[in-house]
Amino acid sequence: MSTTTASLTSTDSPTVRPVPHPGDGLMWAIRDTLAMTWRNLTTIRRVPQLLVFAIIQPTIFVLMFRYVFGGSIKIPGQSYVDYLMPGIFTQTCTFGAISTAVGLAEDKGKGLLERMRSLPMARSAVLGGRVLADTTRNLFVVLLMLAIGTAVGFRTHTNVVMVALGVFLLVLFGFALSWIFALIGLSVTNGEAAQAAAFPLLAPLVFASNAFVDPANMPGWLQGWARHQPVSAAADAVRACMVTGGPTATKVLTSIAWSLGIAIVLAPIAVRRYRRI
Amino acid sequence: MSNVERMSSTRSNAITADSLVKHFGDVHALNGVSLHVPAGTVLGLLGPNGAGKTTAVRILTTTLRPDSGHATINGHDVVGDPRAVRRSIGLAGQYAAVDENLTGRENLMLVGRLNHLSKPDAAARATELLAQFQLSDAGNRPVRTYSGGMRRRLDLGAALVTHPPVLLLDEPTTGLDPQSRSDLWEVIGGLVADGTTVLLTTQYLEEADRLADRIIVIDKGVIAAEGTASELKSRLGETTVVLTFADSVTAGKARDALVDMHAASLPTDVNALAIPLRGGPATVREALNILESASLQAHHIDLHEPTLDEVFLSLTGANT
Repeated sequence: MSTTTASLTSTDSPTVRPVPHPGDGLMWAIRDTLAMTWRNLTTIRRVPQLLVFAIIQPTIFVLMFRYVFGGSIKIPGQSYVDYLMPGIFTQTCTFGAISTAVGLAEDKGKGLLERMRSLPMARSAVLGGRVLADTTRNLFVVLLMLAIGTAVGFRTHTNVVMVALGVFLLVLFGFALSWIFALIGLSVTNGEAAQAAAFPLLAPLVFASNAFVDPANMPGWLQGWARHQPVSAAADAVRACMVTGGPTATKVLTSIAWSLGIAIVLAPIAVRRYRRI
Repeated sequence: MSNVERMSSTRSNAITADSLVKHFGDVHALNGVSLHVPAGTVLGLLGPNGAGKTTAVRILTTTLRPDSGHATINGHDVVGDPRAVRRSIGLAGQYAAVDENLTGRENLMLVGRLNHLSKPDAAARATELLAQFQLSDAGNRPVRTYSGGMRRRLDLGAALVTHPPVLLLDEPTTGLDPQSRSDLWEVIGGLVADGTTVLLTTQYLEEADRLADRIIVIDKGVIAAEGTASELKSRLGETTVVLTFADSVTAGKARDALVDMHAASLPTDVNALAIPLRGGPATVREALNILESASLQAHHIDLHEPTLDEVFLSLTGANT
């Protein structure tokens, strides 16, 4: 390292000229968020195992429900695989949001958040970049699951625009849930703890829903929850967009309202939590 | 301190802290710590684990708000104008970090972009820093393939992306092997020579001794001692010659013979004596001559430097 000292004496390199600062400008918040999004997406690309596992899990659910349980589940008026797949898409986005909690908890545990917090970057950018990267990842996984669904017999019965609207609703729902999981990720100290904290929250949302079965066969006390909770609202809206068609507006708006409601309430709370770790 | 005085002292001091207090529940992490670091100098914050060093650094880097007290970096208040503070500092060490899945170059570019350098500037600066820290060959490899020493160098490089006038190093060499440690010391020494103001926390007396102009010993959230390395050392104890004898009777006789040289029994060993090494090697010769003329023979001779443990014991009482 003896040469290092000598080279360090040449300070004031022409390259170090931070751009004059307009303060908390929205422009900087967007730029910082995009820089963090790039960083998180790069990480996902560098550790492809994580993405593979994210795809294997819902694929197993598809195979299980399509071929093992599916024969015993009757949905009046449509084939079970057409009922199932929108539920699988919703489940995929819901579980996908866990990666927001895991990613943030790991950054916190490894000290990366501490460095970010000492930089003159926008306070919202670490969370925003995390959520945007996970949303991008969700979009990718949903499109892949659409292909896998098609391979096992799933068919859309509407048109391309409605199917795209369905994908948009899914991604929006995942985006909203990511803010809940951002809050969880900031409250624990490592990835395993984040995972452990996330599951009890997700199980009643994903399984006590209409994602896989018709709530009509559930006990009465559970039906009210299973019909009206956000996962069911999302699955309903996606089914209407991709499969059943008909009067979709109410279902779509209900799902959008859930997603926006969750994001609008949780995002500021999560950013506030980030400021005060 | 009047406002006028505070302003003028702020101007010459790159870092000031005034009665910082931070409690976490019942844990009093900082209990009224004041310090100032004149521009271009190095302050070593020396203390054991849990002394409050990291809490102090976190307050100075704006990532933690003090319960009370004030602190400034380059004249900017850490609570009142955190953005200006963040633009003036670089942070590295045990609690700062680099992303394992990005390459060294990508890490430096990300920090540059988040410091709002343009893309070409961030890229050029990353190339410069990789060369300075001898990481050019490894620059395009993911950091997870780096050794511990390489990671710390990259981490320090990330703190230097914007040439910050003030550098906060939180235990920069903890956990490193001796070679990597002395490499890093050389790098930090070079930065100091360039006029960077540094606040360095460490558990190692040797590190503070090597790098710091002034040292503050901190324990249980309060300042236990303050001064230059040599001031502290002379306060904290002297190098002694330890002579060990066959039995306590011989040791007692020897103590009487060496009374003019301030010989004292060791509380830990009745067979041993300690003599302050005030005259350098001549002290040893003189002591041995006196023993020989008294027909007493030492079994064993040893030099004893004050250790950091003893420093803490003497400064903070025996209850650490």
